[in-house]
Amino acid sequence: MNNLRAVYIIWYRDLLRFWNDKTRFIGSLITPFFFLVIFGTGIGSALAGQFGDGTMDYKQFMYPGILGMVVLMNATMSGMSIVWDREFGFLKEVLVAPISRSAVAIGKALGGTTIATAQGVLMLVFIPYVGVNVSAAGIFTLIAVMFVFAMSVTSLGILIASRIRSIEAFQLVMQLMLFPLLFLSPALFPAGTLPPWLGIIVKMNPVSYGIDAMRQAVLGVEQTAMFGLELFGYRMPIILNLAVLAAFGAIMAALAVRSFRTQE
Amino acid sequence: MIRADRIIEVDDLVKKFGNLTAVNKVSLAVRAGEIFGFLGPNGAGKTTTISILCTLLRPTSGTATLNGFDVVRHQNEVRKSLGLVFQEPSLDIKLTAMHNLEFHAGVYNIPRSIRRQRMEEVLKLVELWDRRKDKVQNYSGGMRRRLEIARGLLHHPKVLFLDEPTLGLDPQTRSHIWQYILELKEKQGITIFLTTHYMDEANVADRIAIIDHGKIIALDSPEALKRRVGGDIVTIKTENDEAAIAEIKERFNILAQQDSDGICIEVKNGEEFIPVLANSFKTGLRGISLRRPTLDDVFMKLTGREIREESGGEAVLRKQFSMSQARGGRFT
Repeated sequence: MNNLRAVYIIWYRDLLRFWNDKTRFIGSLITPFFFLVIFGTGIGSALAGQFGDGTMDYKQFMYPGILGMVVLMNATMSGMSIVWDREFGFLKEVLVAPISRSAVAIGKALGGTTIATAQGVLMLVFIPYVGVNVSAAGIFTLIAVMFVFAMSVTSLGILIASRIRSIEAFQLVMQLMLFPLLFLSPALFPAGTLPPWLGIIVKMNPVSYGIDAMRQAVLGVEQTAMFGLELFGYRMPIILNLAVLAAFGAIMAALAVRSFRTQE
Repeated sequence: MIRADRIIEVDDLVKKFGNLTAVNKVSLAVRAGEIFGFLGPNGAGKTTTISILCTLLRPTSGTATLNGFDVVRHQNEVRKSLGLVFQEPSLDIKLTAMHNLEFHAGVYNIPRSIRRQRMEEVLKLVELWDRRKDKVQNYSGGMRRRLEIARGLLHHPKVLFLDEPTLGLDPQTRSHIWQYILELKEKQGITIFLTTHYMDEANVADRIAIIDHGKIIALDSPEALKRRVGGDIVTIKTENDEAAIAEIKERFNILAQQDSDGICIEVKNGEEFIPVLANSFKTGLRGISLRRPTLDDVFMKLTGREIREESGGEAVLRKQFSMSQARGGRFT
């Protein structure tokens, strides 16, 4: 009970900070705007109806990928906030409080997850521009997927943050991880048409399952059949994608909590 | 082993970082309700010891208890018993003072019914109530420190740790913060564990442990420590210096020295000497002053080194003295 309250307070503080920082909230739309509107239009024009079986616009295809990118980038920020707290001393206030370290790690993970999911939800303003019809059930599924996805990445970020002392080093590590995670996933291209060497790497990337699940939620299961992620020749449904993601997230969260508990 | 009047007990404490022994077999006991000063140069092991007592570090060997709880085995109880003002700032500057305190109240599980009242109480104590809705990033260094002290007191701890509480503050702010600390001790009866490398600040402590290279080299009241150096220095100003020197020689058999301040007389106990001297001095007296050996002199005597390079600020020292005199003259 005590720890539950601690989790809530840590979560609440992260949200309060986020709420106070409106610039970040709005500013986070800029990068996806460039990808979706500029990059998407450019590639879409070059393909000119040649993408997939020709019934889908490229930017419609990439939209769930960009949603994934936004969640991915924001989820790593909660790890950043731990490094930041350490640098500015606030982490000490947290660590010396009569609450368990696990509660701190879980509170941070939930805070980061909530914020990343909220940023993902903000991205839904692009739906009319992209021109997709998403059902209410689809939106609900999408948010659920974003949440699990955010949780996994946030835990990974916290795991790294618990071991890294400087802001610069954390940023570097995150940059080095962010691009491979994003580019070795079906965010910007279909997984089904890749050469085997790349296809295998994409299947090993947990981010791929999150993006595939989001794509199915936004574009529909039938429409994404040809782009789908297959594991051992089996087309992954949303629920299995979620299971892979949740398993990865659980391992990361457990490691993050453990790493956070170790005391000098 | 654990006695009720000993709020902190440290026994043979050792902390090693690789090859470096930061704390080397430190043993000490802090009595409930006292101001305990921990004095030493930078890097002597003060912060490391505090970190162990506050459960932020694990000792390599030895034991420590706070409020009767072991700092390794009963961390949560220890944490509940202490308040901490760190050497480095530890506020969330993006939040308001109230939000910082609310966070603290939350993690320390202060019941909702008294939360608001407590916050008002501590913020008024440090005179930040009017600025409670400002973000901490708009606070000055001194205001931030005061807020940290307020936060450290919010959950009514048994022991308040102050790790270099006035580091990097201007003399006026430093003296202001000391005023709060002394008030606290008087009003709340709280035990204060204090580290500083400002010698003049250490004077407020009831007892002082001097630490150097991870070892405690002396532990006593400031007065007793200073007595180790030798006597007091009484300086008098007279209408006729030559006659005065002769009179002192005749009456006390002391060879007084004349310098730019007046006539300096070295005596064992200046306070007792002054009334005797003034009572029946034949030569006209225009002024008497008493100078004590400082803690700087003590550290110098014990280690042969100066404790620090930068000055503690003479202005604060004077203000401190007059302040403590107003409180009953205990610290003069």
